[in-house]
Amino acid sequence: MNTSELIKVIDTTRCTACRGCQVACKQWNELPGLRTKNWGSYQNPPDLEWNTWTLIRFQEYVNDKGTFKWMFRKDGCMHCTDAACVKVCPSGALYHTEYGTVGIKKNLCIGCKECIAACPFEVPRYNRATDKVSKCDLCLTRLQSNQQPACVKSCPTGALSIGGKDKMMKAAYDRVKELGGDASVYGDKFVGGTHVVYILSEKPEVYDKLPKSPSIPLSVIAWKDWLKPLSLIAGGGVVVGSLLHYILHGPKRPDEDVSGDKHAEGGK
Amino acid sequence: MTNHYCDLKNADVILIMGSNAAEHHPIAFKWILRAKEKGATIIHVDPRYTRTSARCDFHVPLRSGTDIAFLGGMIHYILTHRKYFKDYVVNYTNASFIVSKDFYFKDGLFSGYDQAKRKYSKDTWVLEKDGKGIPKRDMTLTNPRSVFQMLKKHYSRYTLDKVSSITGVSKENLLKVYEIYASTGVPGKAGTECYALGWTHHTTGSQNIRSMSIIQLLLGNMGIAGGGINALRGEPNVQGSTDHCILYGNLPGYLKMPVASLDTLEKYLHKCTPVSKDPQSANYYSNYPKFFVSFLKSMWDNKATKENEFGYNWLPKLDDGKAYSTMHMFDAMYAGKVKGYFCVGADTAVSTPNSNKVRKAMENLDWLVGENIFNNETYEFWRGPGVDPKKIKTECFLLPASASMEKEGSQSNSGRWVQWKYKAAEAPGDAIPVGEIEIKIMAAIKKLYEKEGGPNAKAIVNLKWDYLDSKGRMNVLKISKQINGHFLKDTVVDEKGVKTLYKKGQTVPTFGMLKADGSTSGGNWIMAGSFGANGENKMMKRGKDDPTGLGLYPNWSFAWPVNRRIIYNRASCDINGKPYNPKRKLLEWTGDKWVGDVPDGPWPPMADKAKGKYPFIMKQDGVGSLFGPGMVEGPFPEHYEPLEGPLTKNPLSGQLINPTIEIFKSDMDKTANADAKFPYVCTTYSCTEHWCSGALTRWQAWLLEMQPELYVEIGEKLAQEKGIKNGSRVKVHSIRGQVECVAMVTKRFQPFTVEGKTVHQVGLPFNYGWLFPKDGGDSTNFLTPTVGDANTFCPEYKAFMVNVVKA
Repeated sequence: MNTSELIKVIDTTRCTACRGCQVACKQWNELPGLRTKNWGSYQNPPDLEWNTWTLIRFQEYVNDKGTFKWMFRKDGCMHCTDAACVKVCPSGALYHTEYGTVGIKKNLCIGCKECIAACPFEVPRYNRATDKVSKCDLCLTRLQSNQQPACVKSCPTGALSIGGKDKMMKAAYDRVKELGGDASVYGDKFVGGTHVVYILSEKPEVYDKLPKSPSIPLSVIAWKDWLKPLSLIAGGGVVVGSLLHYILHGPKRPDEDVSGDKHAEGGK
Repeated sequence: MTNHYCDLKNADVILIMGSNAAEHHPIAFKWILRAKEKGATIIHVDPRYTRTSARCDFHVPLRSGTDIAFLGGMIHYILTHRKYFKDYVVNYTNASFIVSKDFYFKDGLFSGYDQAKRKYSKDTWVLEKDGKGIPKRDMTLTNPRSVFQMLKKHYSRYTLDKVSSITGVSKENLLKVYEIYASTGVPGKAGTECYALGWTHHTTGSQNIRSMSIIQLLLGNMGIAGGGINALRGEPNVQGSTDHCILYGNLPGYLKMPVASLDTLEKYLHKCTPVSKDPQSANYYSNYPKFFVSFLKSMWDNKATKENEFGYNWLPKLDDGKAYSTMHMFDAMYAGKVKGYFCVGADTAVSTPNSNKVRKAMENLDWLVGENIFNNETYEFWRGPGVDPKKIKTECFLLPASASMEKEGSQSNSGRWVQWKYKAAEAPGDAIPVGEIEIKIMAAIKKLYEKEGGPNAKAIVNLKWDYLDSKGRMNVLKISKQINGHFLKDTVVDEKGVKTLYKKGQTVPTFGMLKADGSTSGGNWIMAGSFGANGENKMMKRGKDDPTGLGLYPNWSFAWPVNRRIIYNRASCDINGKPYNPKRKLLEWTGDKWVGDVPDGPWPPMADKAKGKYPFIMKQDGVGSLFGPGMVEGPFPEHYEPLEGPLTKNPLSGQLINPTIEIFKSDMDKTANADAKFPYVCTTYSCTEHWCSGALTRWQAWLLEMQPELYVEIGEKLAQEKGIKNGSRVKVHSIRGQVECVAMVTKRFQPFTVEGKTVHQVGLPFNYGWLFPKDGGDSTNFLTPTVGDANTFCPEYKAFMVNVVKA
């Protein structure tokens, strides 16, 4: 993509939840499909995981007028400008790319999971088998080859689009104006602005797992802006990680992850 | 489709009924969204709120199997509120024709019914003709025996109250849909309908579509941009398979499979070739003999001669009055009458109704040959659940086939666009295209017949199937040219005074040049023109020019017939050839020719009494059929309850079920109508993530991860009554079988009020089978009945009765 700062717009009002994006993401990023159970929902896997970087959330909702709506929201990394994950990452694995998005250098990840605790959108996921965290990088190598991310490429209805910031934000606001009602643009008013922006048809608080006013935890700000510069003087990543963990959580072990040891079946 | 996918964007109102377009046609759905963004109203009528409903302007729930009642109510509304497009109705339909005095309709039955045979004699279903044999007409539409008045009378019974009580749709919702859809009955508006298996999978499937055809004719929506009736076909090439006669009653290009009593070519052609005495009716099927003889020549080439009726009697014949659908085949197999079975690209042990019977029937086979890209439950029936392999004597073969992307050839989409497709990858191992498998098997059979002879040996030994190249591989281009047709001798064709010489062996550029004298060969007349006379493969065309601005893209691939993008398109203009809607000008008569889409025939518009023709050129009378005697149930669609339903009496008549459906009578064909043991209406469907029986998609981990196992969708109220929790395991029973699965409790199924009582409906996908994944559940078709549409025998997968209990 030959633009400095990119924005991906997710227009939930055009999404049919076909989940082409969910599969395209796995295909391009070579992520395995794992055996799941039907848990009473079309939404599967039930949540983001180390092998599921994007996911359509299905939600049945009745508004205050008694109108039923089946809402679909593509969840995944929001690519914040003030990215808590980048701030807390002690090893430099998480970083801002030339497009303003948040990239991840897997080889540098030390599995400290601080990004998991810091992210206001609960995006990064840990894989015990590899001791690494993973998340969407907006298909950085595709962007660098002037290609759209796999999810955008796969979208048949135009619910997903990507382009230069000014153009995309204008298009998003035009669309919201056209939609009227409770429609809004979500993403540009917090954490310095996200590089993934939603067009929502309902008020943000209606959506499952979508924070109304996401912010970076104060402890992260404390770390990043006051203490991290000091600690870097002290030495390598692991030491930094331990120190960071101590500051953020006190002297206890990080929460155990819940995934990472299932095995793939079938194709991948 | 009468129109095509891109054309959906031209509609002002889109009624999606009998289709879950967003889930099953996710790519095509973008054209519906484009219409919506241009201001069109999109309506979804479906028992269940689906991903399609979520993107429509509104959703209207209707009880499964009551579409004709719903649409009959719309016909009633259009007629009583005078919302029809009068000019169109008078000139372009048979509204003004006079129905025979002997025709009647009484208490659910039309004249001519034979209860013992469950069949009608159509002798009285005729339109009156004058002394010259031309249909009588009353252009004022006031004659009480006119089709228009008969139609009005027939649907006068479909009042809002009655329809609401049958369908479970509120009167408010009925009126909302009727008003919005009927608003398209003016020259400047277009309404279209998208259907799929939600309409065809019923005992009244064909008549569901007929009902909509009547509505579209009344509103003047046929033959126009943004109008038509659009069957969204499922599999990427299912249109192609139908065009090339996948159905037992067809030969390629929808020619009719002969029956035994038509034992000479002359008798057959006489029966199949319609005659019109009206000089303004083009009656294009009067050319039937040209298409049929050319087809026979494509089969047997120079062995088919005038003397031997071009090999007519080498064609197999159907027994008169007998049907040969998949259900009939398994019924005969169950009775031990079918001993061998080729199952190509199908998983019938999962996909055919009453799967228990199907699986049991297969135990009677001596041999089974599968051709597929993956193994499936059909090929493995001999070691399926409850089957003792030691007791099965069937010899089974599975021949590996290449996948669609591993072979070159044509692929036809729903919009009749026949697009050339290139091979993307080599097939693994020994896999070859199924076409090549058939050609090789046939070559071996031919050798055996040459050596040993046998019944009807000439049909086989004379067959012209020289389709293998020097390396022994299927020559797809040669087959395609054979399908297109070619001249068998040097021929001079006179077109409007211009004489052109076509050399022997040249491809015919249009079916208008096919001959009934044996001088042309053509495997499928509707495909004539897919190659130019110089051999240019028009299916490879990829031009993006759009001269009309309507998205016809005339230089993208080839569309049958003769690259016409919207069929019946002359009906988009008035009788003088001026477009009814100048803003969406599909076609216009400029005084000496038509400009725009490829017109339905070159003749002037019908106002020219000397040379002009009526617009519906494929119809015997040249007009659209409001009165349609072609259907086996009667000329006007009538509501009947499904074979299994919640009612003991049809609220509209004394005839509970479709009087012409065939009732299968084996000991495994039990039914339970209005039975307290099976109180819930059930329907079945697919999901976006799997393909049909799932035999191709369940092996794909990314897809299986999203839809891992069988589920039943249940409304919250029913779940509460039954104490069923979301995500818990339940059993779903019908009188024929049961499946165990996960309960998905949802607001998307709401109970209906039918004849004053609450009726719950549930639904299951049919994407799962025991072979893989092992814990994914088995076929939903254990539940479904062996019964189908009376015209086509398309099975009733969409309405039957079940019970749901906690597992």
